[in-house]
Amino acid sequence: MGTSLAAAAAPMPGPVRLFWRGFAENRGAVLGLAVMLVLLVVAVLAGQIAPYSPIEQFRTHFLAPPAWAPGGSTAFLLGTDDVGRDLLSRLIYGARLSLLIGLSVVALSLSTGTVLGLAAAFAGGVVDVAIMRFMDVVLVFPSLLLAIVIVAILGPGLFNAMLAVAIVTLPSYVRLVRASALSELARDYVTATRSAGASTPRLMFSTVLPNCAAPLIVQASLGFSAAILDAAALGFLGLGAQPPTPEWGTMLAGALQYYQRAWWVLAFPGFAILATVLAFNLLGDGLRDALDPRLRR
Amino acid sequence: MLRYLLRRVGLILPVFVAVTLLSFVLIRLVPGDPIEVRAGEHGIAPERLAELRHQFGLDQPLWQQFLHYEWQVAHGDLGVSLVTRRPVAAEFFTLFPATLELGLCAMVFAVVLGLPLGVLASVRRGSALDYGLMSAAVTGASMPIFWWGLMMILLFSVTLGWTPVSGRISDLFFVPPVTGFMLIDSLYSDDDGAFRSAVSHLILPAIVLGTIPLATIARMTRSSMLEVLGEDYIRTARAKGLSGTRVVVVHALRNALIPVVTVIGLQVGTLLGGAILTETIFSWPGVGHWLIESIQRRDYPVLQGGTLLIASLVMLVNLGVDVTYGFLNPRIRR
Repeated sequence: MGTSLAAAAAPMPGPVRLFWRGFAENRGAVLGLAVMLVLLVVAVLAGQIAPYSPIEQFRTHFLAPPAWAPGGSTAFLLGTDDVGRDLLSRLIYGARLSLLIGLSVVALSLSTGTVLGLAAAFAGGVVDVAIMRFMDVVLVFPSLLLAIVIVAILGPGLFNAMLAVAIVTLPSYVRLVRASALSELARDYVTATRSAGASTPRLMFSTVLPNCAAPLIVQASLGFSAAILDAAALGFLGLGAQPPTPEWGTMLAGALQYYQRAWWVLAFPGFAILATVLAFNLLGDGLRDALDPRLRR
Repeated sequence: MLRYLLRRVGLILPVFVAVTLLSFVLIRLVPGDPIEVRAGEHGIAPERLAELRHQFGLDQPLWQQFLHYEWQVAHGDLGVSLVTRRPVAAEFFTLFPATLELGLCAMVFAVVLGLPLGVLASVRRGSALDYGLMSAAVTGASMPIFWWGLMMILLFSVTLGWTPVSGRISDLFFVPPVTGFMLIDSLYSDDDGAFRSAVSHLILPAIVLGTIPLATIARMTRSSMLEVLGEDYIRTARAKGLSGTRVVVVHALRNALIPVVTVIGLQVGTLLGGAILTETIFSWPGVGHWLIESIQRRDYPVLQGGTLLIASLVMLVNLGVDVTYGFLNPRIRR
């Protein structure tokens, strides 16, 4: 066979290399990965690279324009907001917050969704119907609306906003895990492991789950961007992180009154949201192409 | 077909009951007693509290309260706004035409632009045009529309002065509501400038709300077209010597449209969620704006009833999409 001859000539590329080859073909995905890494560095080193504290108020510099605009100074590269806080420093600390939001929301909905999805697939019957019909009910509500209602009831704040976003994104994980687990359960290797006497939890988590990982990784990456976007929308509506927390959506809400005089207080936080969400969407598209050959363009 | 239809309608009823149950439970999770919440910061005397609790049936077991709530919902009674003292359902249906008008215009914008752009990208696959269009589409799909709307206002309303900042029509005109759609009502009004004013108020919010659906439709059309363009019957059509345009528009697009139509139907939830943000930015007097105000005023009956009505609408639209799909594609009727 041609493949075995080729394999003899050059060692078969490992799975990591194979994955990277598929991933790197997609320029958008590489760009998304680069932006994500930059964000990660900025978030980790926020304390070192931010010129000022995100909540320090310079009372002589209210609404100072960015350095390149008329009247701007290099002391405040991206200008200051209405109470004289350095915009660049707030954006840098905001990156930390956004990644934290994305990570917490995805961790919560991914873990809960995995358990519920596996339970539905393995238990079947009443448990399956109960879990899936509940997810259908959640899906009937537009996700932002349901998140708004949950926060309105629990009270505004970053933690409740993250909880709300995790709840509204839960159904997509549950459905995904259930569907992939069901298709794996029909395969011979699962039957073999079961007849070898593996316990149900072992079957669930160490036999079936790893084989459902590819679509879950893609969903997690796309869920990351959805979480950041929804949490920012809640912040913008005054229901998410509360001032003076430098959350990007909350910063936009605070800038609303001043946008006619000071475009920068509005332009930069929103652009930061867009860039982050875009990066994770590109990354998710690239992961899907690289991990799932069937969907490859 | 009739059996399929009946089965779909039968399936929706338990979901509807579950949705009402969820909205019943959610509102009970508000910290504090509903009556105390209604009394607000003024407080309430203990005797009066007990009296009101009895009057509203709050001293009954929860399951009885739920049955009572179901009974009311089934009769179209969604409670009374704490602020205006008007029935929630009546307020909803007064404001809903504004949201519907905005949403329909956003959808028309998204479809009219998204379909041709998606087809164009698929036909010119791999070209700079395809690359540019798809980069724009993925950016559009990632857009925080609350920021996008503000940037559009900054550019078109504040800097260029082309469009007004907020509302549905200029205060100079009084248009009696007949249909509730400002575009139609203003056409029939005696003022000449009314229609133009309504259009200039509508155009920015519609573009902002339509941005994410536009991006989604363009991407979906492109990938669906690419799939269809690879089919044998397309090659046959080309081999017959048909013109390129005829093959693309008549043979390919028709078949590529089926998944796109489904996606368009599924955008309704996105549109209603987006309407909350868009209406808040543009002070558009629709149900999204009304719901956000109800949160600020702690007007829980409005929040509960409005959410229930929106969820019911989404359910009806989903049912419509399913039935249409079953009609178009006999295989899924079973």
